[in-house]
Amino acid sequence: MKESRLATISLYSVFSLLMDDLVVDLARNLDAAFPRLVEHMSPRLYWGLRRMTGDGHQAEDLSQEAFIRTYRALSGYPPQRIRELRLEPWVWTIALNLGRNHLRDRSQRPTLVEETTEPGDLDTEPPDTTAWQRRLDALPGPQREAVVLRHVVGFGIPEIADITGRPEGTCKADIHRGLKKLREIMESEDET
Amino acid sequence: MKLEEELARMMGARAPVRLSEATALGTGLADGFDFYDSAVGRVVVAFNPDGVSAVTLASEDFKSYFADRFGRPLLRAEAPAAWGKLIPDRLEAGSPGKLPVDLRSVTPFQAQVLHQAARIPRGEVRPYGWLARHVGRAGAARAVGSTMAKNPVPLIIPCHRVVRSDGHIGAYSLGGPDRKWKLLTVEGAAPGSLEELAGRNVRYLANKSTGIFCHPTCRAIRRSKEANVVELKSATDATTKGYRPCHLCEPA
Repeated sequence: MKESRLATISLYSVFSLLMDDLVVDLARNLDAAFPRLVEHMSPRLYWGLRRMTGDGHQAEDLSQEAFIRTYRALSGYPPQRIRELRLEPWVWTIALNLGRNHLRDRSQRPTLVEETTEPGDLDTEPPDTTAWQRRLDALPGPQREAVVLRHVVGFGIPEIADITGRPEGTCKADIHRGLKKLREIMESEDET
Repeated sequence: MKLEEELARMMGARAPVRLSEATALGTGLADGFDFYDSAVGRVVVAFNPDGVSAVTLASEDFKSYFADRFGRPLLRAEAPAAWGKLIPDRLEAGSPGKLPVDLRSVTPFQAQVLHQAARIPRGEVRPYGWLARHVGRAGAARAVGSTMAKNPVPLIIPCHRVVRSDGHIGAYSLGGPDRKWKLLTVEGAAPGSLEELAGRNVRYLANKSTGIFCHPTCRAIRRSKEANVVELKSATDATTKGYRPCHLCEPA
């Protein structure tokens, strides 16, 4: 148990180091470095959003939109400001603040025609997650958001407070209540 | 297994491939492309959120042409809903109209020249010198010529309507002079008779009864009775004979 926790922490810090490097490159040459931002951040953003929304298409939509907004914001920032960004929480803030009004903006863009047909997202779905997704879906919005950010994506409490714009205490309480609710759901499953 | 560990296992290893591609299209870091029909055959049109960025013949190497010239990847896509439907009409008409065109790949001077070229009406042609004069750089006919060769969006910006200063049809970037000839024929500019006039050093035509001289393809002179039309070797030739330049085609 201790070991696996350590492994998680070190993986996360490696990821953070990667992000530190990336902001330097983004500040130097945004267009050249941006595809790397997308590449590094896509799995965490996409799967986190998918766990929050319970819907692959919506997660894809929101991730894409968040990246495009990120790019536009970055292209207006001076290099110094880009270097000071805490990139991943910032992109998450953008993603969670997206309203539905981004659809109008979309008419100005080309839309991808897939030349290779992927058999849905099923191949990328980790095993045994359907039941867990169903349990998560049963949580109230803020609790689900906090639990996903903390335990699926792996953010610390200060980052979650930043991303959601809620006080740390509230985030902690949401996580606590969310986990409690998940345990209750599982217990009730055992009974039936 | 502990609840927290079960939740951590819900993170997938990778995101759908199309996410990065759709993002590249949305940011303009990649361009989309689609195939269209035109008077010179099948063409590839590339586009991004700023507008149409390239038109090229649908040959096998159009992707490498695009990557070499614009430094961006090209992905199969549908044109933006806001203006994509205009593309076939604009290819046919030979002018941008309301279709946004992305000219970031050329210099501001070249963009200015291309915008001016877009004003040449269908069925008419103008020499390089005319374009140079209209962008306020009367001596820059040569620079205008090389701008036409670099036109990223031929057919939509009708560089095929720009001819050599000696009146000959001249070169064409979209697959050579045969295609230029073909386009001008389709548009009714009669390239054969233009070549014939150029061969005899005739640059302008004038109408004896109105006292006005024009480029040979100007709609004003084409409406004139044949018996009233006289041939002129130069603008000086015209003015010494008492003709004034046409307000439509502005030959001087």
